[in-house]
Amino acid sequence: MTTSLIGARVARKEDYRFLTGAGQYTDDVAFPGQTYAAFVRSPHAHATLKSIRIDKARKAPGVVAVYTGADLAAGKVGGLPCGWLITDVKGQPMKEPPYPSLAQGKVRHVGDRVAVVIAETAAQARDAAELIEVDYGTLPAVVNPAKAKNGPALHEIAPDNTCYVWALGDKNAVDAAFAGAAHVTKLDFVNNRLIPNAIEPRSANATYSRSDDAYTLYVASQNPHVERLLMTAFVLGLPENKVRVVAPDVGGGFGSKIYLYAEDVVVTWASRQLARPVKWTSDRSEAFVSDAHGRDHVTTAELALDKDGKFLAMRVRTTANLGAYLSTFSSCIPTILYATLLAGQYKTPAIYCEVTAVFTNTTPVDAYRGAGRPEATYVVERLVETAAREMKKDPAELRRQNFITEFPYQTPVALLYDTGNYAATLDAAMKIADVAGFKDRREQSLRKGKLRGLGYACYIEACGIAPSNVAGSLGARAGLFEAGEIRVHPTGTVTVFTGSHAHGQGHETTFAQVVADRLGLTMEQVDIVHGDTSKVLFGMGTYGSRSIAVGGTAIVKALDKVIAKGKKIAAHLLEASEGDIEYDKGVFKVAGTDKKKMFGEVAFAAYVPHNYPLDKLEPGLNENAFYDPANFTFPAGSYVCEVEVDRETGASQVVAFTAVDDFGKIINPMIVEGQVHGGLAQGIGQALTEGCKYDETGQLLTGSFADYCLPRASDLPLFKIDTRETPCTHNPLGVKGCGEAGAIGAPAAVMNAITDALGVKDVPMPATAQNVWRAMHRA
Amino acid sequence: MTVKVSMKVNGKPVSAEIEERTLLVTFIRENLRLTGTHVGCDTAQCGACTVQMNGKAIKSCSIVAMQAEGADILTIEGVAHADGTLHPMQAAFKENHGLQCGFCTPGMVMNALDFAKSHPSPTEQEVRESLEGNLCRCTGYHNIVKSIMAGARAMAASK
Repeated sequence: MTTSLIGARVARKEDYRFLTGAGQYTDDVAFPGQTYAAFVRSPHAHATLKSIRIDKARKAPGVVAVYTGADLAAGKVGGLPCGWLITDVKGQPMKEPPYPSLAQGKVRHVGDRVAVVIAETAAQARDAAELIEVDYGTLPAVVNPAKAKNGPALHEIAPDNTCYVWALGDKNAVDAAFAGAAHVTKLDFVNNRLIPNAIEPRSANATYSRSDDAYTLYVASQNPHVERLLMTAFVLGLPENKVRVVAPDVGGGFGSKIYLYAEDVVVTWASRQLARPVKWTSDRSEAFVSDAHGRDHVTTAELALDKDGKFLAMRVRTTANLGAYLSTFSSCIPTILYATLLAGQYKTPAIYCEVTAVFTNTTPVDAYRGAGRPEATYVVERLVETAAREMKKDPAELRRQNFITEFPYQTPVALLYDTGNYAATLDAAMKIADVAGFKDRREQSLRKGKLRGLGYACYIEACGIAPSNVAGSLGARAGLFEAGEIRVHPTGTVTVFTGSHAHGQGHETTFAQVVADRLGLTMEQVDIVHGDTSKVLFGMGTYGSRSIAVGGTAIVKALDKVIAKGKKIAAHLLEASEGDIEYDKGVFKVAGTDKKKMFGEVAFAAYVPHNYPLDKLEPGLNENAFYDPANFTFPAGSYVCEVEVDRETGASQVVAFTAVDDFGKIINPMIVEGQVHGGLAQGIGQALTEGCKYDETGQLLTGSFADYCLPRASDLPLFKIDTRETPCTHNPLGVKGCGEAGAIGAPAAVMNAITDALGVKDVPMPATAQNVWRAMHRA
Repeated sequence: MTVKVSMKVNGKPVSAEIEERTLLVTFIRENLRLTGTHVGCDTAQCGACTVQMNGKAIKSCSIVAMQAEGADILTIEGVAHADGTLHPMQAAFKENHGLQCGFCTPGMVMNALDFAKSHPSPTEQEVRESLEGNLCRCTGYHNIVKSIMAGARAMAASK
């Protein structure tokens, strides 16, 4: 093959099944003897469980079983573990309250799980769930993180509802820099709580086989091996070899399907009690109260500058809402994935960030697309833009003046950026966005009664999560490597097994491009298998834009081993010495001659080893690799947003959005663009339409798609996107990852544009017509 | 109470004894095991369950199966040609990368097929308006809009 598959816009291998209805999502799986589970959930944000009467439900038609927290306790089912231990400012471990799979004595948020009914049909399970009578002793609730400290205590272990107070950076240096600053910009804002809302609701279907004492769990998960590890080792006490977890086609995740959820535990445990398959599929109303939410920070942020606009220091104080319990990775989001990103793209010499993480009577909060990094970018980019306006400087020029330009660069908040060219993406974005023509467009808009604004955001993210030893030293309770396996078949076609999981990202295509390119095969000759612990050797899964950088590299490392062995086989077949064999795209050649063997011939020799160095080499061609990244990767980019605001109503519309990203090397530009589009939509959604709202008693007010406003097609423009490339220096593909960028950079760009249009310092997100109108009339 | 319903689905006559309250989408997914039609919400907002009834796109979560008695239902499984070749609208989604996780895709395609009949060469704005009842969380709609514009033109050209 002469043309490279790297960088090619290859149409996706997975599309045919999705376009013909042949995708296989968890709820599509049904087993003989299938039963269905329905959960009884708390209607109260905070209450004691005085009694649970289940007799009527038990006798209802079709009911197979009813279980409560007491049954799980008797069955020695443990609580859900947290995967990251944060150590607080005093060197003490964070407070880790129990997170029972079904409530034990108390409920702590609307939607908390109280009981489960299992019946012959889904409708019967729901009907019977209605018959369960729970006597709740309601308690006062706390919802607002800023008020959590003095609110009613959720957990005995944390009487002040504080999980931890954590800090990063040199406080004294920062305070000193502020004392000598010519200008200080200060902003107070809320990073609004979001509900991920993958369009496929969560689902879990567990079977248990008495004949081999083994379980199979189909589950909508982003990381089946992690799900298995957490469930077996920490919750059910089962041997891992007896549990197979399959995450088949998964309809979007965005973080919300990383975690081990109680429903997964309960159906797995129940499948053994009943020796029958037990399936639970969330409806959307349940998803709103039981899928982990995202963001929800209350922040005061300050930037100190000298008289010329040089950044001197940044000081950030954040209260992060963790919700009622510690979800799987919740504790690391507002700390490790947040404060470490506060340098952004700038040479700010001193940064201090203090985070107070609190429990409230709300659904648990965890990673949602970007996870900490959107919150950090929002802090940095709103501060920088505001500082420019206050100091009457051009916001793009102020950024350029403070850009990091030399690499590697050690930030004052722990990260070591390997490479980047921030001016290149900003230049390109300004050109594509026609910033020069903005003044004219602003006047045109004004003639229509619209206020037009332009805002920038220059974001950075730490992706390719993560070097295990670094993560471990920061409190991670798991490794963060990835695994891959190349199984070469005797005829030279290949099946690749990867621990990365695809739920929309197109790995079946991108990873196949990497392998086919390297082995000189066609796309049809390479298949990617993922999402099944019985097939894939191991995997840490997909989140943190890590799949190509970590999972892809594991595949490349396995390919290296295949080729190294192939050279030995080729050397034998060609009667040459191994050192003389050159390899390129499927051809083993004796250097300086025309003697060669094709990849398929070498594969065949490995499996039909008649003429083969059996005394020195095992037959077969099947290699695997585990790759632990040397560093994070640092995708970065520059976004330019233009909005129009209706002067009468405050309704805001994004009328133009330009994104220029540096993702390092790109394997499939079509897929990468799609990832950017989706991220931008979620970022614009956070800025304009999405905001999770509770009332003071902890009732969720935005509990359906009619109330929680996912962006619709008419809310968004066609995006103008491009890329610039500085290859990652520490992985062989030079890749950085692209999945979260849009969601990280977009909110600040949109809000900078809206505040520019209005000429006000701040507007709260989401900038609904009401919020904008209020801001206009306050000004 | 159970009731017998009969209808044509993807050209084939089907009938079953079902509970009266059975939604059309439940009938399609659970009784017929045609799982390409999806359920993404419970408030008729997301459109993942869109099928065609007598040639018009409807949300199959919004009617009970009984209401489709005698109707001609087309689901995503019945859209491609008999030899497996994709319908021009499906092909346009593939060519324009108009899908990622695939969950909303069947509903998007079923809605687009109906829309394209009356819009052989739609504008971007018309396509965006046509998607009012279909939610996608992956694509930002960018490539869905392009897919439907291309698919509608291809359908018109193949007439």
